[in-house]
Amino acid sequence: MLTILFDGIAYGMLLFVLAVGLAVTMGLMNFINLAHGAFAMVGGYITVLLMQRLGVPFLLCLPLAFLGAALLGGVLERTLYRPMYAKPHLDQVLFSIGLTFMAVASMDYFMGSTQQIIQLPDWLRGRTEFGSGAWVLGMGHYRLFIIAVCAALTVALQYVLARTRFGSRLRASVDDQRVAAGLGINVNVVFLSTFAVGSGLAGLGGALGAEVLGLDPTFPLKFMIYFLIVVAVGGTSSITGPLLAALLLGIADVAGKYYMPKLGAFIVYSLMIVILIWRPQGLFVRKGGK
Amino acid sequence: MTNATQKSLLHTSRLKPWEPVLWLLAFASPLLLSSHALIINEIAIVALFAISLDLILGYTGIVSLGHAAFFGMGAYAAALFAKHVMPDPLVGLAFGIAVSTLLGAICSLTIMRGSDLTRLMVTLGMGLILLELANRLDWLTGGADGLQGVVMGPLLGRFEFDMSGRTAAYYSLCVGLVFFVLARRLVHSPFGATLMAIRDNRLRAMAIGIPVHSRLALVYTVSAGVAGAAGALLAQTTGFASLDVFDFHRSADVMLVLVVGGVGWLYGGIVGAVVFKLMQDTLSSITPQYWTFWIGLFLVVLVLVGRERLLRPWTWFRKRGGA
Repeated sequence: MLTILFDGIAYGMLLFVLAVGLAVTMGLMNFINLAHGAFAMVGGYITVLLMQRLGVPFLLCLPLAFLGAALLGGVLERTLYRPMYAKPHLDQVLFSIGLTFMAVASMDYFMGSTQQIIQLPDWLRGRTEFGSGAWVLGMGHYRLFIIAVCAALTVALQYVLARTRFGSRLRASVDDQRVAAGLGINVNVVFLSTFAVGSGLAGLGGALGAEVLGLDPTFPLKFMIYFLIVVAVGGTSSITGPLLAALLLGIADVAGKYYMPKLGAFIVYSLMIVILIWRPQGLFVRKGGK
Repeated sequence: MTNATQKSLLHTSRLKPWEPVLWLLAFASPLLLSSHALIINEIAIVALFAISLDLILGYTGIVSLGHAAFFGMGAYAAALFAKHVMPDPLVGLAFGIAVSTLLGAICSLTIMRGSDLTRLMVTLGMGLILLELANRLDWLTGGADGLQGVVMGPLLGRFEFDMSGRTAAYYSLCVGLVFFVLARRLVHSPFGATLMAIRDNRLRAMAIGIPVHSRLALVYTVSAGVAGAAGALLAQTTGFASLDVFDFHRSADVMLVLVVGGVGWLYGGIVGAVVFKLMQDTLSSITPQYWTFWIGLFLVVLVLVGRERLLRPWTWFRKRGGA
């Protein structure tokens, strides 16, 4: 049972890293970006390519995946996304679905539709067990690694948002774009860098998760709903909301699949609908339901 | 009310001279292009589906990414009815509509609160739950293999569904026409006017005494019923129902159809369906595997440039804001 809890936490942490960029984009720019999973997929494929073709070690691939996805995110933000901020939600949804379709089809074209496999280094492959009987806790080393990386990222993100000058600029731009611009904050640069970092984090999550979640060209469509659940349930006003929502989702999903495999994804979807009917603005917002 | 205002109000709901021509052309098409009757049938079904989405998206402003839920419900209900109860198409159609209307009435409770994002999530979630249900209940629905062995009886006891698809095309066109006329009546009625008021400003609509919640529930239910009719038509004319009817692709495609043709205009669904189906047919015959790329590209360009400007190339080089 503890093992399931542990796996659930690892899964949830992974979802959090994948989705936090989306939470910031939605909260920040009020932009519904369904193409977020495409950045995660790009990160995953960068890792696969680097490891298979060039033999780059796994640990070095992770920052490269981050950089690659961040660069792509930055370029797309400047060229395609920026004109979309002021458009209605329907246009944004269509635009990002279009991007997702394009990403899926072009990955299919360049990489083939088969699932990609990542060869983990030996020191991440083992598994350690504690305790005995019903309370046995088996920890895969790779999952432990994921939790450690994601926890470090979470702390760093929270620090940047709450304590640094950039964080306060970002929060100011979120609260009121015009006043922030009037105070001399270059809102465009703030948005651009935030979008790039969010995409980069998605790329990192994709690289980390390639082994756990599976990587094939339909990745953005398959996991889009999970990212959206994290954001919609967690609310977009803080980091902790999406974090708790991601953990909840991860544990519910793993436990559901283990104990009631017949029910499959029902639990997750039904839970989401019930929570959203109960608190439409998200579970962890102070404003609550209107 | 003065005479002039009355005239201008009635003007929008009056039958335009080109409308009967369009419908006559539509009904002549299976005869003129008899080898393409199957695709005409598909276009009619997609158009009907798009009209049902237009009722909630274009006229009421509810963004939905899970409209395939009702489409699929209608399809499975009609197919199961034909397989287990009786093969008569019209009774099956009525049954499919009834089931999806019921589902719509239940689901309408979920779209009342929250922002666009919440609604998007809830509708998407509903679609996915139904997809999972259809997948798991394989003793009833056939699971991933689809529901096979659906044999339809002849239409009105006389017209057999044949391989060339002419009966199917006429059947879909007739049902489409009936629902189109009903939808047209609906949106031009005072009820339709209140829907548009809700879309434009919900708070103000509430303030002038429009019962917003019951209107939303009602239009969502009606729209679900129409989508169910489209699904039932698909299942009956193809004699097959598979998980594909609940797929996310379907919800996204119908939204694209509507946006191509024009939101908040009933003919938008029809125009969009013709354009989209022909485009899909051409693209998938050129590149069978990668046609979604071109659909995606089309969507991105459409939104970035704007539909109005894309359709009117002579405005491309004019300065924005001028004239």
